[in-house]
Amino acid sequence: MQKQELTDFLKGLFPEAEFPENTQLPEMVVPAEKLHNTANLLKSDKNLAFDYLISLTAVDYLKNMTVVYHLESTQFRHVLVLKTVLNDRENPVVETVSDIWPTVEPHENEVFDLFGIRFNNHPMPRRLFLTDDYGFPLRKDFQDEVNIIERK
Amino acid sequence: MSEEIIKNIIVKENEDYIINMGPQHPSTHGVLRLEVCLQGETVKYIVPHVGYIHRGIEKMCEANTYPQIIHLTDRMDYLSAHMNNEAVCLCVENAMQVEVPERVKYVRTILAELNRLASHQLWWSAFGMDLGALTTFFYGLRDRELILDIFEESFGSRLLHSFNTPGGLMHDIHPNFQKRTKDFIAYFREKLPEYDQLLTGNIIFQQRTKGIGLLSREKAIAYGVTGPSGRGSGFSCDLRKHAPYSAYDKVQFNEIVYTEGDTFARYNVRMDEMRESLNIIEQLIDNIPSDGHTAKMKPIIKLPAGEFFQRVETARGELAVYIVSDGNKTPYRIKFRSPNFSNLFVMNELAAGGKIADLIAISGSLDLVIPDIDR
Repeated sequence: MQKQELTDFLKGLFPEAEFPENTQLPEMVVPAEKLHNTANLLKSDKNLAFDYLISLTAVDYLKNMTVVYHLESTQFRHVLVLKTVLNDRENPVVETVSDIWPTVEPHENEVFDLFGIRFNNHPMPRRLFLTDDYGFPLRKDFQDEVNIIERK
Repeated sequence: MSEEIIKNIIVKENEDYIINMGPQHPSTHGVLRLEVCLQGETVKYIVPHVGYIHRGIEKMCEANTYPQIIHLTDRMDYLSAHMNNEAVCLCVENAMQVEVPERVKYVRTILAELNRLASHQLWWSAFGMDLGALTTFFYGLRDRELILDIFEESFGSRLLHSFNTPGGLMHDIHPNFQKRTKDFIAYFREKLPEYDQLLTGNIIFQQRTKGIGLLSREKAIAYGVTGPSGRGSGFSCDLRKHAPYSAYDKVQFNEIVYTEGDTFARYNVRMDEMRESLNIIEQLIDNIPSDGHTAKMKPIIKLPAGEFFQRVETARGELAVYIVSDGNKTPYRIKFRSPNFSNLFVMNELAAGGKIADLIAISGSLDLVIPDIDR
């Protein structure tokens, strides 16, 4: 499906979602509590068939945390950016989707490691790169006076 | 980095051993630790531990301008340095809506294929050596040296090029570049059958790879295994075909897909890809247009506010760059989706239930580069 066609189709399927305009790729923003159901439907719907998760990451916007999923359908070759906004920036929690796309398991570990976002029902929660007492370095307010030298 | 987690996942029986393979182990080609639960010689479960060379490249990028970021991307997958550079450059060019000259597209494609060849040659050398065929190492490195010499002459460095820059190339290619590349193609076409005689047809090699480490197409997609490893399982994921960039829409080539899904299939994909790379270079090398090696760029590169996404096919699979820009000269957030990261974590699916000697063959056939996983 082309970008406009895909957006129109998704609008019919997910009335509660938001669809930002003027983006490079089709985008959909869903509330965190609807994320798991949405992901399930995106994969199982036979007109969408998003079976391949390209990447999962997060962005710290200071007023909230946004988790970003890039999805592709290997059958139809359309790409979708799925986002969910977590307003509790101090203790962000979201449901895992590792039962839908197994590849996401280490990606979620990485996001927890670098952003401190917790994933409920994750099969193997752990820090991936850093030690347990390290902070969450990709948060914008992270400070490490020893290892990070601020450029003047 | 957790010390030991395998005991939390599976029930350990009396005869089971939990051993660490790595972080310093020749077959992991870098600092990777595999926590392996063994029952005799049979692998029960594997948990990969990464992070030994985590340098925080994504964090560093947030303080650097886009031309500076190029130099950091080399250090991720150092064997696909050119493709990594290209990914960031394409993302920045798309965001700024800059049209690069045709010459740049052609040269980038040729260099990417040369880089892919060099990478596959090194993989072939090391893979043979992992399985006890030491001679492959000398054959592979002998031929790879010729590509590295071409690189050295054209842009001064052999491994980490940083030859791309947003808008084009740092400088023009060397006058000898075309001739030397053509000489290399003629030379390597004769040498490739030697590779097959030496290793592919070897009965010991075939017995150690055929039917070992089976991965179905569905599993490959579910675990996001891309590149030659995914195509060995029948997952058609070549972005040069499906989302062409640079000059890939101007050349004829086949996407190599094998459906067996075992270690030997992954091996064959890479061997055939080397031949396809030679074909691609051959179609382009005589037709390089001469419309300049860089587009006109502003002295300070600022991306418009927004989000940009670019995918390229490196020697190991899909590299995706995701830039969130707030309109400044540095990115607000940059994410590299590295192919090896997803490819590594399928290891338990592949090796559990097999013998520990097969684990070496399997990790070799995934062609992992560890700095790309840790970033």
